[in-house]
Amino acid sequence: MAENVVVADDGVDLSRRKFLTTATVATGAVGAAFAAVPFIASWQPSERAKAAGAPAELDVSKIEPGQMAIITWRRQPIYIVRRTPEMLAHLKGHDDLLKDKDSKDSDQPPYATNEIRARLPEILVLIGTCTHLGCLPKQRFEAASAEMGAYWPGGFFCPCHGSRFDLAGRVFTGSPASVNLRIPPYEYPTPGKLVVGLDETHKGAA
Amino acid sequence: MAAPQATGAAGARKGLWAWINKRLPVDEFISEQLTGYYAPKNFNIWYFFGSLALLVLVLQLATGIFLTMFYKPGEATSFDSVEFIMREVNYGWLIRYLHSTGASAFFIVVYLHMFRAFLYGSYRAPRELLWILGMLVYLALMAEAFMGYVLPWGNMSFWGAQVIVNLFGTIPAIGPGLVEWIRGDYGIADATLNRFFSLHVVAIPLALLLLVMLHLVALRRTGSNNPDGIEIKNNLGADGKPLDGIPFHPYYTVKDVVGVGVFFVLFAIVVFFVPTFGGLFLEGPNFEPANPMSTPEHIAPVWYFTPYYAILRAVPDQRLGALLMGLAVVLFLFLPWLDRSPVKSIRYKGWLSKLALTVFAVSFISLGYLGLQPAEGSYVLLARIFAFLYFMFFLAMPWYSRIDPVKPVPERVVYHAH
Repeated sequence: MAENVVVADDGVDLSRRKFLTTATVATGAVGAAFAAVPFIASWQPSERAKAAGAPAELDVSKIEPGQMAIITWRRQPIYIVRRTPEMLAHLKGHDDLLKDKDSKDSDQPPYATNEIRARLPEILVLIGTCTHLGCLPKQRFEAASAEMGAYWPGGFFCPCHGSRFDLAGRVFTGSPASVNLRIPPYEYPTPGKLVVGLDETHKGAA
Repeated sequence: MAAPQATGAAGARKGLWAWINKRLPVDEFISEQLTGYYAPKNFNIWYFFGSLALLVLVLQLATGIFLTMFYKPGEATSFDSVEFIMREVNYGWLIRYLHSTGASAFFIVVYLHMFRAFLYGSYRAPRELLWILGMLVYLALMAEAFMGYVLPWGNMSFWGAQVIVNLFGTIPAIGPGLVEWIRGDYGIADATLNRFFSLHVVAIPLALLLLVMLHLVALRRTGSNNPDGIEIKNNLGADGKPLDGIPFHPYYTVKDVVGVGVFFVLFAIVVFFVPTFGGLFLEGPNFEPANPMSTPEHIAPVWYFTPYYAILRAVPDQRLGALLMGLAVVLFLFLPWLDRSPVKSIRYKGWLSKLALTVFAVSFISLGYLGLQPAEGSYVLLARIFAFLYFMFFLAMPWYSRIDPVKPVPERVVYHAH
């Protein structure tokens, strides 16, 4: 036994062995990390899913004032509301009740980063999933209704967890949602024709 | 005539048995793990639920294997194939109800099993790792149950998946990309359903089996705690066996069989007479196919998740709500180090610990009830109060468990022969 210890101390360069062990383990780990890439990437949306996420179109001239149309884009409901002058007037006067009145922390294209959160004041385009946990907020367009209370300027109410939004999709304080309803990229290639999914920075289906 | 024959047969069996044991340590395993494994003699009714959890795991694996033979994952096929199982597969309704009731039964026995650990301090040293492995089993079980609930592709499946997957979107920076990666599409879709199917039937069951095995190995290392919270290994007899211990087999295997009998009676009542359990085990909206354009009137998860769901909804900030919901689960892991009481068992703890545990149990059940109610008015206020009490049970534990007036712990376990 004692001889073996001496031999080990004499004959084996332990630092060399340690270096080789570390190098082998490190190389193996890098290889394993590279091998994991295809498996992790396989969970990304497939080419078919991406193709199905192509832009969606709607003729907004057919929506009556005060009415809402819903289309789907990328499996999400897109709410399109033709706001009346009264509805637009109701967007003012409750700034102190909003969490993010200037939409600084919210998700919308630059052309919708304004009080009306839209390209055209009368047409509101929203992704109709609650920014809390993705339920569909319901229309509560009537101002000061009995159900919503005297302060209510008209907007959306999420039945799942009670988040409330005004008619520009801005979230009220006291809601579990922290940010305003999201606004998708959209444009009007010709007057009245809405295309969701395309704008100055989003070209093509991607 | 008969005698030589019997000897011959026994001899042959002995020979075969010896042959096997030389190659596979069957006898050794039985004597070390069953007949030679000493468990405290003072176990009570709370000690049924570990073996029952194992029973339900086997039941879920067996029924799950058969359901997989008839179920077809896919947006277009899932809902119909579940209806096919219910209406046209021979005894398909029974196999499915055994599986769906088994899911709820699993959580009932696991919650009672965990509460036993709360009562008798079973998570305390030297059983910290045993407790943590058990908690990992609980986490794997939650993932398994959640993904299983998505598979029938009813409307609650869809919207439940939507809400839970979107929780990951609250993680700063990587959240939105992570959600898209989990879903494999821009919404909950066919891709999501199929990967959940794969995880539900292959990946998580494998992880569960591994974790349960490690949980049992850790149990064999430390031995079971008992209602007195006394280490029976500290009182050994002349033969080196614990004076307060009895062999697991036959004493506790026989006891557990009685528990299995009672369990199956209750289980059968639910399976045959109230399989939906009034919307608690199978929710009404899930009998409609998934519809991405229509949210159910109010989304409530299955009962075993509702305490955490109530906490999530009680917080008026999305990120904080998700964080507190996660914390509500993660805090369990730290229990062995939060409890500073000099005694383990509730029997010798003082009024302060007893009060805290009662408040905790009431809070957990109340949150479970509130998670099923709509998130409005006084329900939200109550959820906030109980969520506060829930967290205080853990966070104030290092303080109240130390100043709690404890009783002296006896040398030997308290046991009255029947």
